[in-house]
Amino acid sequence: MGRKSAGKALAAAAFAAALLAVPGTAARAPQAGRTLQIKGSDTMVNLGQAWAEAFNKLHPEVNLAVTGGGSGTGIAALLSGTCDIAESSRAVAEKEIAQGKAAGIVFNEELVALDGIVIVVHPSNPIGALTLDALREIFLGNVRRWKQVGGPDWPVVLLSREVNSGTHIFFKEHVLRRGKSKGPEEFSPRALMMPSSYAIAEEVSRNENAIGYYGLGYISPRQKVVAVAAGEKEPFIMPSLETVRSGRYPISRPLLLYTNGKPQGAVKAFIDFVHSAEGQEIVRRTDFVPIK
Amino acid sequence: MSRARKVREFFIEKLILASGLASVVFVVLILIFLLREAVSVLKTVSLGAFLGGRFWYPISDPARLGILPLILGSLAVTLGAVVLAVPLGIAAAFYIAEVAPRRLRGLLKSCVEILAAIPSVVLGFLGITILVPFLKNFLGLPTGLTALAGSIMLAFMALPTIISISEDAINAVPREYKEGALALGATHWQTLHRVIIHGALPGVIAAAMLGIGRVFGETMAVMMVTGNAAAIPHGLLEPVRTLTATIAAEMGEAAQGSPHYFALFGIGVVLFVISFLINLTADLFLARSRKR
Repeated sequence: MGRKSAGKALAAAAFAAALLAVPGTAARAPQAGRTLQIKGSDTMVNLGQAWAEAFNKLHPEVNLAVTGGGSGTGIAALLSGTCDIAESSRAVAEKEIAQGKAAGIVFNEELVALDGIVIVVHPSNPIGALTLDALREIFLGNVRRWKQVGGPDWPVVLLSREVNSGTHIFFKEHVLRRGKSKGPEEFSPRALMMPSSYAIAEEVSRNENAIGYYGLGYISPRQKVVAVAAGEKEPFIMPSLETVRSGRYPISRPLLLYTNGKPQGAVKAFIDFVHSAEGQEIVRRTDFVPIK
Repeated sequence: MSRARKVREFFIEKLILASGLASVVFVVLILIFLLREAVSVLKTVSLGAFLGGRFWYPISDPARLGILPLILGSLAVTLGAVVLAVPLGIAAAFYIAEVAPRRLRGLLKSCVEILAAIPSVVLGFLGITILVPFLKNFLGLPTGLTALAGSIMLAFMALPTIISISEDAINAVPREYKEGALALGATHWQTLHRVIIHGALPGVIAAAMLGIGRVFGETMAVMMVTGNAAAIPHGLLEPVRTLTATIAAEMGEAAQGSPHYFALFGIGVVLFVISFLINLTADLFLARSRKR
């Protein structure tokens, strides 16, 4: 995971602090002595915690508690009034909106980041486009040679992130399990578990047999990006900030924050921070796609 | 002896005693803590399924916590390193102790010390940039991230231990043995391989065992070059995942109190037991070599 140097983070923090020092901004400082409960998507827990830590440096008077449990758990907690902000990697369902109406909760949606995953192969690999089904068969270990998906007669070397990576989990749930998070499918045990996206990029650029995945921010000319189609009859789409933002690229999803009605006070301060340059820099640093 | 001096010596003595006991206390405390955390993994899987299970999918629901591929991975890497480092290390020790001219001996000894001083991450970095691509091209493998790459890295790390301890053992062979053999008309080579080797053997075996212990517990360099695929290895030319790399890669994110977390402590106990056995064997041989 690409961590920025401490110096840069410090500079960003100093810059943000300078902005806050401008007269007038103090007026919208959140009220003291409250604990903001942020709950939901496990994918977003690290992102939420990184935001909370940085936000806390600017607003030490606000206590924040970030917990996971899944997007559904977060939305349920917002419905029952036990959290202030729900983190979700999917939009609220019709049913949940109806439940909200009954409970007097109006969902306010904030798009805060995107999650897009790029499939990469060695530049000399003639494969330039794959369907989701082909990708699934490859990473389940059913495709042993590139020939089976229309490539050369080379062995397939699978590169995955370690199990602690949100990217690993998303890829597993979205591609291997076709969106059913509790499905039985697993990465082939032969898949190499790489400690970082950087390690995947390095191995893909050196090994013509390799296929791997990483966040959009890692794209470089030393690896060949594969266009992906959602199905046999769907168009092949190259991943980019635009196709991820528009939702046309099939291995991407929005990361959302939900509040009850228009955010106010500390909740508003936090969401404003998330939308700020520093908040979006944290998005990039945690391997997600910033929206700005 | 003045009274003040007596008091001072009394305190110094007790202080040294306490320091000596501290290391024992620490070992016992660490063992108790490891066991206490590890025992809980048996609530999720039986001991047989934990040690003999073929699949390691720690974050799935339900988690599959079989560490057989990891144990075999560690053994494969260690075995490869032993085959490479032990003969080379012992031969080098004999050369340095018995054959090398005095001036060359000093130079070689400092080189061995420098080798010992190279941090393992640096070795791993060299491995991933030079050794891994070389192995792939030279042996025509699907990927160079293999057990063999780990073995070669570890052989470098074990060499200094094996060389210095073997050399001590060779130097400890009584001078009369050598003089006696030479006086009976044996050549230098005959003396070396008929007399000195026998005298030094227990110490040399101890050196090899300590080298193995060093190799078995090593983490960083191995994690960088072995590919970390949790499949049962069929040889040294396949990717493997070691016990140590698994703990290092997954501990940071395992939820405290989860079966995954306890399983990682279980791996810790397995590592502790195997390392303990290796060191015990080394100690037994060292004790024998001192008795002579």
